[in-house]
Amino acid sequence: MFELIANQYNYWICILLMMAGLYIVIDHTNLLKKLIGLNIFQTSVFILFISMGKVDGGTAPILEEGYNVFSNPLPHVLILTAIVVSIATTAVGLALVVNINKRFQSIDEQELEQIELEEE
Amino acid sequence: MIATHYPILQVVIPLIAAPLCSLLPRSKLPWLLATVVAWIAFAISISLMLQVKDGGTLSYELGSWPAPWGIQYYIDTIGAFVLVLVTAIASITLLASRQLVENEIDSSKHSLFYTAFLLCLTGLLGIVATGDAFNVFVFLEISSLASYAMIAMGDNRKALTASYEYLIMGTIGATFILIGIGLLYMQTGTLNMLDLKARIHEVDSFRSIHAAFAFFTVGICLKLALFPLHHWLPNAYAYAPSVVSIFLAATATKVALYLLYRVFYTIFGFEFSFDLLHLGYILLPLSIIAIVMSSFTAIFQPGVKRLLAYSSLGQIGYMTMGIALETKAGLIASIIHLFNHAFIKGALFMCMACLLSRIHSTRLVHLAGAGRVMPWTSAAFVLGGLALIGVPLTSGFVSKWYLILAILEKDYWWLAVIVLFTSLLSVIYIWRVIEQMYFREPNEGCVGIKEASPLLLACTWVMVLMTLYFGIDSRYPIEMATVAAQALLE
Repeated sequence: MFELIANQYNYWICILLMMAGLYIVIDHTNLLKKLIGLNIFQTSVFILFISMGKVDGGTAPILEEGYNVFSNPLPHVLILTAIVVSIATTAVGLALVVNINKRFQSIDEQELEQIELEEE
Repeated sequence: MIATHYPILQVVIPLIAAPLCSLLPRSKLPWLLATVVAWIAFAISISLMLQVKDGGTLSYELGSWPAPWGIQYYIDTIGAFVLVLVTAIASITLLASRQLVENEIDSSKHSLFYTAFLLCLTGLLGIVATGDAFNVFVFLEISSLASYAMIAMGDNRKALTASYEYLIMGTIGATFILIGIGLLYMQTGTLNMLDLKARIHEVDSFRSIHAAFAFFTVGICLKLALFPLHHWLPNAYAYAPSVVSIFLAATATKVALYLLYRVFYTIFGFEFSFDLLHLGYILLPLSIIAIVMSSFTAIFQPGVKRLLAYSSLGQIGYMTMGIALETKAGLIASIIHLFNHAFIKGALFMCMACLLSRIHSTRLVHLAGAGRVMPWTSAAFVLGGLALIGVPLTSGFVSKWYLILAILEKDYWWLAVIVLFTSLLSVIYIWRVIEQMYFREPNEGCVGIKEASPLLLACTWVMVLMTLYFGIDSRYPIEMATVAAQALLE
C-alpha cells in the first residue's frame, strides 16, 4: 500500500491539488477566491502533464555523446501553451471581478444573488 | 496553389484580421473589415464543402511536417458542413450588427468588440478544422475567452455575473478536456485524432482510456450545456448584447456538439463508446430531462431572450437524444437538427435584436402590441416560432420527422410520445409571445414606434427564409448528414 503511494506520489499530489482547487471553486462565495481555486485546479493538470513526461534518469533532449535517456519534451511544450491560456483566463476573470465590484459594490456570490433577486 | 491552403486560411484569416480590427478607428471600418473577413471565410468554407461533399477528406499539414508528428488539419464531410454553418451565421450576423453594436455598446469599445467577435469565430472554426487533439483545447479556449469578453459587454450589469459564471464553468470544462487529452497521450503517445483512433485499441490498460473518455464527455457536455451542466447558459444568452446572443446561440453549442461527434465516433469509435461503455444509457435520460425540464421552465420566463435560451437547452436535448439512440438514423437526425436549429434560433434571436432596437426591452409585458407597430419583425418571429415547434413546411418539421423515424426504428414508442408532448410545450411558450404581440393593446411605450432598420430586417428575413427553404427542399442537409454519418460510423 505504502509503495503504491510512494511510487506514484506525483499522481497523488495531482489528485490532492485538483480536489482542493475544485473544492475552493465550489465552496467559496468570494469571487476572487473562486478564481484562485480555479488556478490551483489548472495547475494540478499542468503537473500531471509534466510529471508524465519525466523518464527516470533522463535528461533534457540533447544530442551529445554520453546522453542516452531523454525525458519527453512534448508535454512541457503543451503545458507552456496551457499556462498562457490559464493566465489569459485569470486576467479575464479578474477584469470581470473588478467590473462586478464597480457596478454591484460586492464580490460575494450570495450578496450578488440577493441583489439580483431584488432587481427582478 | 492557394486552394490547397484553404483549410488553414479559413482559420488564419480571421485570426490575423482580429488585431488589425482593434487598430482601426471608430466603428465603421472595424465593422467593414470583420464583415468582409466573415464573408471570405464563408466563401472558403463553401469551396471546402464542395470538395468533400461526397465523403472525401482533405488533409493539410502545417509547415509540411508529416501527419502524426506535425499538426494536421483534417476536414471531412461533417467538418465542412459545420464550417459552412458557422461562417454563414457569422456573415449574416456581422452584416446586421452595425446598428445593434451602435445601440448597445459603448462607442469606445466598438473596434474591440469586433476584434473579440473575430477571435471567437477563429476559435470556433479552428475547433472544427483541426485534426489535433491539443489544438482543439487551444481553439476552444480562444473562442471561450472571446465570448466571455463579449457577453460581459451587455448593458445590464447582470451580464457581468453571467459572464463570470460562464468563465468558471467553461474553464472547468476545458480543463477536463485537457485532462482527457493528457490521459490519452500518456497511453498512446500521439495527439493526432486519426492516429489516436488507430492506436487506442492497442492499449493494454483500458482504465486510463475509460477515465479519459469520462473527462472528455463531461468537459464537452459542460460546453454543450447539456442537463445538468447547463446552469451558465440562460443568463449568458439573456444578458449578452443581442449580436452575441444571435451568434453564440446559433453556433457555440453546435460546435461543442460537433466536438462530441468527433470524440465519440472518430477518436474512441462507435463500438467503444456505445457497445462497451453504453453511453446511450446515460445520454438518453439526460436528454429527456433536458427537453422536458427546459420546456417547462421556458413557459414561465418573463423575458423572451431567457425563454429562447431555455428553449435552446431543450433543442440541445433533441440533438443528444439522436446520438443516444445509438443508430445511424439517430445520428443523421442529430446532425440535421444541428443544422436546422442553428438557423431557427439565429432567426428568433435576430427578431429579439429588432425588437430591442426599437422597444428597448424584450420582456413579455413590454412587447404588447408589437405586432401592429412592427409587423415584419413579428411575422418573422411567428415563422421562426413555427419552425421551432416543428410545423410542416419549416425546417423544424424535417428534423423532428427524422428524429421520430429514428426513434420508431428502435421501437421506443414512449420516447416518440415524449418528443410530441414536448413539441406541444413549445407551442405554449411560443404562443405566449405571439399572444402578447398580436392580441394585446399596445403599451404607451409602443406607440409611434417604427419598424426595425431595413438592413437588420433583411438579415432577419434571410435567416427566416432559410428555415422555410430547408423545410421545403431539405435535400442539402439530409444528403450531407447521411454522408457525414456514414463517414463517422466507419
